Amino acid sequence: MLSKKRVITFGAMLGISALALSGCAASTGAGGDVTLTLATVNNGNMVDMESLKGEFEAANPGIKVNFQVMEEGDLRSAVTADVANAAGQYDIVTIGAYEVPQWGANGWLTDLTEGLNDGSYDVEDILPPVRSALSVDGKQYAVPFYGESSILMYNKEILDAAGQKLSKNPTWQEVAAVAKAVKTDDVAGICLRGKPGWGDLFAPLTTVVQTFGGSWYDMNWDAQVNSPAFVEAVTFYKNLLDEAGQPNPVDYSFNECLNALKEGKVAMWYDASVAASFLEADDSPVKGKLAYSHAPVVKTKESGWLWSWNLAVPANTKNKDAAIKFVKWATSKEYHNLVGTKLGWSKVPPGARISTYSIPEYKEASAAYGPITLEVMNAVNPVQPGVNPQPWVGIQYVAIPEFQEVGNQVAQLVADAIAGRTTVKEALDKGQKIAQVAGDAQK
Amino acid sequence: MTTQTTAKTSVVKVETQVKKARLSRALILPALIFSIVLTQIPFLVTIYFSTLEWNLLKPTEIKFTWFDNYVAVFEKGDLLPATFATIGITSLAVVFSVVLGLFLAVLLDRKFRGQAVARTLLITPFLLMPAAASLIWKHSMFDSNVGILSWLTEALGGTPIQWTTDLPFLVVVIMLTWQYTPFMMLILLAGLQSQTPEVLEAAAVDGASAWKTFRWITLPHLRQYVEIAVLLGTIMLLQVFDPIAIITKGTGGTKTLSYLLYERAFVGLNVGEAAAYGVVTVLLTIVVATVALRSLFKVFIEGGQR
Repeated sequence: MLSKKRVITFGAMLGISALALSGCAASTGAGGDVTLTLATVNNGNMVDMESLKGEFEAANPGIKVNFQVMEEGDLRSAVTADVANAAGQYDIVTIGAYEVPQWGANGWLTDLTEGLNDGSYDVEDILPPVRSALSVDGKQYAVPFYGESSILMYNKEILDAAGQKLSKNPTWQEVAAVAKAVKTDDVAGICLRGKPGWGDLFAPLTTVVQTFGGSWYDMNWDAQVNSPAFVEAVTFYKNLLDEAGQPNPVDYSFNECLNALKEGKVAMWYDASVAASFLEADDSPVKGKLAYSHAPVVKTKESGWLWSWNLAVPANTKNKDAAIKFVKWATSKEYHNLVGTKLGWSKVPPGARISTYSIPEYKEASAAYGPITLEVMNAVNPVQPGVNPQPWVGIQYVAIPEFQEVGNQVAQLVADAIAGRTTVKEALDKGQKIAQVAGDAQK
Repeated sequence: MTTQTTAKTSVVKVETQVKKARLSRALILPALIFSIVLTQIPFLVTIYFSTLEWNLLKPTEIKFTWFDNYVAVFEKGDLLPATFATIGITSLAVVFSVVLGLFLAVLLDRKFRGQAVARTLLITPFLLMPAAASLIWKHSMFDSNVGILSWLTEALGGTPIQWTTDLPFLVVVIMLTWQYTPFMMLILLAGLQSQTPEVLEAAAVDGASAWKTFRWITLPHLRQYVEIAVLLGTIMLLQVFDPIAIITKGTGGTKTLSYLLYERAFVGLNVGEAAAYGVVTVLLTIVVATVALRSLFKVFIEGGQR
């Protein structure tokens, strides 16, 4: 009896879920209305976008936008799986500058070049280096929602007390000398990322490698990881950490360094420009005590990185026109004004549009870091960031699918070298082999 | 007459037994099908995936490659260090947590005021989610800036240890020991409380010292409880992932098999190779677990003189 009852319950449940599923399927297509599904990352600027979507829906009756907000790691795997398998779950996706050229070349993204080419949108207003990082063969596959570069941030009070000075365009040697001079028992000279990971340690370290004249690959996709310049750069980075860096470096990435600089435990910090808006926030103990300069260099003119979170439309979406409409709205000048008036001017997405930096209210809100962010982002060159030409577009990463894994593994080896368990040369010799396998796959 | 009836009843008995067996099998069947669907089919699919060249980012280049992925697994040279890391972390953490767990269990076995509160507090680490526990250790214990351990060493006049940079292996072992000690403690406490009080009383009457009673009566009694604790602890710890992903990121000999697998599948997005790693990991785990546990039990059987 019991088992019969169970079977009936089970059957009923199946029936209900089938009904529910068909209900789901029906709701998207009903009545000519379009529901766009947008996958995005849970950063502050994106959450702001969700809170303002009502304005878009009011201006575009018949289009609803459904946000799916995720952690960066979850977003990356969910969106990759969906787009790679052409599952078509998302109409708009938020992807990093690393993915756009690869996915564009794979034919997974809608070419937006034509759609963006209308006078009122003013596509030329998008920061040129960001735009070129999002284009393949003249076709633009995504639009930046916000962007950033890397800059050197330092505590003026600590440097002044030690009688030290830095120019607007320092060299790494100057920075190292200052770091050693201002270092005390309680305050480290400089904070640099040491946490293993292609997006952690190797974001700043790759820019150091490039300005020392090194690169991950040459034009033939032969790995250059144990080349003299690469070894010299990593050795410099390790020695700087040893002599004047924060204690326990392998534990440190963006957030840890941010706290250390806020608490006055380090004098300088080389990292993402977006950090400045946190350091100058009202609750920051070092507000107004900081100065900013371009990323330190050795052999190149500029050494800042380039990153942007972008909106793109997968090639297989059924709601292409509506999706492009929303992408244009969320990256328009009007949207930036909307954020400024509704949510506050310091919350306007930075590093995407040149015109943003001439809005008087935004200028006032970002006086300490706005101008230098724009200056650096306009100066960097993602096509050839290093001394030698490279076969991909991008600065602090190599735009090939294998790079996440290559970067992670080499970062672990370098972390072992930073901790002194191996030498830099040994670590990079091993890294060379790992990188070469990935390079061979590109030939 | 009598023989006939007994024969009859036995036939009926056999019949009812067969019926019962059928019924019990039928009742088990759904569960069996369920577990086959849930465990064996995914495993077969994994084996199939492991023969493909398949990177998620190159969907047009999926092809059948026989055993190329397995060749890559053995040629890349990551497998052996990962196996050693897994064995090292697991065995050290299990041994430390059994010893500590035994110590705490003996203390908890006594009657004292606030015993229930103490027991609850001691169990808490095991109830925490591993990821949350890893974050707590990373930020509030091992942090060089605000961590309790750095503060303590500084208060005692030493220079703070750079835990994550210099001693990542130890960091993982310490964190896991902390987390699994309560588990071992609970099992061993159950063992202690199942001792017959008469035996202990008799030992006391005979004038045995507390240490001698513990060594010659309690420990042999605890043997099977230690065995089960070690077995369960090993099985759980062989899959350790969270402290490595959150605190050490696989540096300094902490890249365990499960973390290696994660890197291949979710960072490299290389489905084929990750599947091959998965299959090899399952085989290795079975072999390691069997060999290690057998030899371990032998030691105990000799020690317990049974």
